[in-house]
Amino acid sequence: MKSRHSKAALALTAVAGLAMATTAMARDTIQIAGSSTVLPFASIVAEEFGHAFPQFNTPVVGSGGSGGGLRQFCQGVGPNTIDIANSSRPIRSAELENCRNNGVTEIIEVMFGYDGIVFASRADGGSFALEPHHVFLAGAAQVPQNGRLVNNPYTRWSQIDSSLPNQEIVLVIPGSNHGTREVYEETVVHPGCKSFPEVQAMERSAQNNFCNAIRTDGRVVEIAGDYTETLARLDAQRSALGVFGLSFYDQNRDRLQVATVSGVTPSLETIGSGEYPVSRPLFFYVKNQHVGEIPGLLEYAQFFLSAEIGGMGSPLEDAGLIPMDNTERAQITRAVRSRTLVQ
Amino acid sequence: MKISTVNPQDKTALAQQRDLMQQRVAQSLAKRHAKEKRFKLTGQLAVGTALAFVAILFISIFSKGLPAFWQATLTLDIYFDPDIILIDEKPVQAAGESDATFQERYQAWQMDLAFINFNGLILNALAEVIPEAAAHPRDAMRLVTSGERIALRNLVEEDPSIIGSRKRLNLLADANVDVWIKGNIDRDLADSRQQLSARTRGWVDQLVEQGVIKNRFSTALFMNADSRSSLASAGLAGAFMGSLMMMLIVMFLAVPLGVASAIYLEEFAPKNKLTDLIEVNINNLAAVPSIVFGLLGASVFILWFKLPLSAPVVGGLVLSLMTLPTVIIATRSTLKAIPPSIRSAALGIGASKVQSVFHHVLPLAIPGILTGSILGIAQALGETAPLLLIGMSSFVASVPSSPFDQSTALPVQIYLWQGNELRNFFEARTSAAIIVLLTMMISLNALAIWLRRHFENRW
Repeated sequence: MKSRHSKAALALTAVAGLAMATTAMARDTIQIAGSSTVLPFASIVAEEFGHAFPQFNTPVVGSGGSGGGLRQFCQGVGPNTIDIANSSRPIRSAELENCRNNGVTEIIEVMFGYDGIVFASRADGGSFALEPHHVFLAGAAQVPQNGRLVNNPYTRWSQIDSSLPNQEIVLVIPGSNHGTREVYEETVVHPGCKSFPEVQAMERSAQNNFCNAIRTDGRVVEIAGDYTETLARLDAQRSALGVFGLSFYDQNRDRLQVATVSGVTPSLETIGSGEYPVSRPLFFYVKNQHVGEIPGLLEYAQFFLSAEIGGMGSPLEDAGLIPMDNTERAQITRAVRSRTLVQ
Repeated sequence: MKISTVNPQDKTALAQQRDLMQQRVAQSLAKRHAKEKRFKLTGQLAVGTALAFVAILFISIFSKGLPAFWQATLTLDIYFDPDIILIDEKPVQAAGESDATFQERYQAWQMDLAFINFNGLILNALAEVIPEAAAHPRDAMRLVTSGERIALRNLVEEDPSIIGSRKRLNLLADANVDVWIKGNIDRDLADSRQQLSARTRGWVDQLVEQGVIKNRFSTALFMNADSRSSLASAGLAGAFMGSLMMMLIVMFLAVPLGVASAIYLEEFAPKNKLTDLIEVNINNLAAVPSIVFGLLGASVFILWFKLPLSAPVVGGLVLSLMTLPTVIIATRSTLKAIPPSIRSAALGIGASKVQSVFHHVLPLAIPGILTGSILGIAQALGETAPLLLIGMSSFVASVPSSPFDQSTALPVQIYLWQGNELRNFFEARTSAAIIVLLTMMISLNALAIWLRRHFENRW
């Protein structure tokens, strides 16, 4: 009886001791989390970084969406917080504020390339030649009609425009936890929405609210998970049109066909040149206060920016990243070297 | 049934009544039999449906996953060309040299090695079997998965004397080559929708015919950690070690704690309001959704105790908390099932309370305790949700060497592979990982059943 008790007590002290021991122990592996769009790129870089620098551990890359990653990033400074947040959109001022309140005052912003957002449907369905206003009309809660705003009456794409396939409208878009959603709204929905004179007549804030409102009759499906979930939706629903990253579409070309937007087919070239309208820069944020504490942090950032890993013909380009041009690359590399902080 | 008294002489009336009764019995019997049959049938139907679903699940997982245990592999003669591998001799620690300076020299040598183009060796070897390969290096390098250059580098690092020699090696083919050979992509699709170029596809078919590419048992699946830059080499070793470490922590934390508290509560604790409250709360704890334990782990172990993120130590602690009530409840019910006569007999011959419990009750309870603990551990092994919240769903490209290193776990690895972009390759890989996890679970459960059978006590 007594021995049992003392054993239990022993176990408890062991746990407590364990906790104590680790507070003093510094971490020597870079910890990264954030955007699921950036995850494949960051994972490749992390792995190659481990191969190229035998003196550093291979960084660990988590997911959780841009918002989730930045929230974790802003939790504070110390070995139990992450060092780098991946993001498919620039950090917001509210997030910076949150960071500052928790003591994360020194942040280095690194832009490392571009990514395209594509609309794709099942290979055995009709093909789409989309214009921004088609997407807006398909997904909006209310649409302008003859000077008035009416509840969205469209149920088939062909009702919106006779050039579109005669298919049920089902639009599968990323949930608001994804940075991709913001880009989708800003580069497709808003231009489409604001092409209507009824919307142009509204006030600015009303305009944004009106354009962002999505219909709730089940024809717009928000996906909180990753693109595989979107793909599964398309597998189940033949008529659905999904929003994907270019790299995801590229690796599943046998099942998907891509839609043109404003007449341009998305590809590395058309996105790189800016011809294809739906693209965005990708970022990661480095906690400058951890540089020097966590070995290899600045080296990782520089390695990520090297043309060898992210330029033309590099592993990242193979994975679907659209490289920056050399002047941009040089400029950002210089900023990282001098550890220029976000103001 | 009450039989009314009748005149014994009136035999016909009696017979009539007997007939009537028999008839009624027969009728109700038929009814009851029919009822029984219906019930049996419903039961069988329910069991049948459940079994059918299990069968569908197993068939779909096994038919998808089994092929992934064999992977397209190229057998090539690699010439470790001294003109490509330009490297100084491997540093040896000189007598009297401090560890730090040797480490520095060794790392400098490793860095030199890291800059060597090992892909050049692979390309040269490919050119021996496909003469046109040298002219189209980009297409040729799509044949072999990119991680194999690291494998060659490791060979040289281990034993630099192989420089200048030829060696017949098995190199993993690229994930897309594997997909093409196994027919996981439609071979008739147009070029623009294929992952490999027409030239590479032609070479693959040619190499299969020549016997250079073969499906070989995939050791990579078991020996490698996860990979994203070289998809074909992604393996389960990291996740397996992570799971193993967590299970050891659960075994050495949750089982002794749980058994000890169960013995105390069952055998020693006074029965009062307080112990009742504890009992109710233990049952409540067993019903708490596992994700709640993950939240607790994230806020207590990581933010408070400052334990590292993504580490098996935190996962193990969280899963221990989750398993604790299961172990306590199983142990208590085993102790309850032991007849009081055993205790009375022990006490009767003068044993103390502690002696009666530890010498007589506990040995009899061991099979039940073991079964409960193993089932608890098996449940913890398959748990995913709490691990997502403590950062264990990260991509980790190395095998952890201690519980404080970053790691994933088997169920989380399944979740991660399920989300990989290259669906054609990872659908099978995911199912293969499920098979590995299922095999472990089934063996744990089988062990539990065996222990129960083997040590079963009858009284």
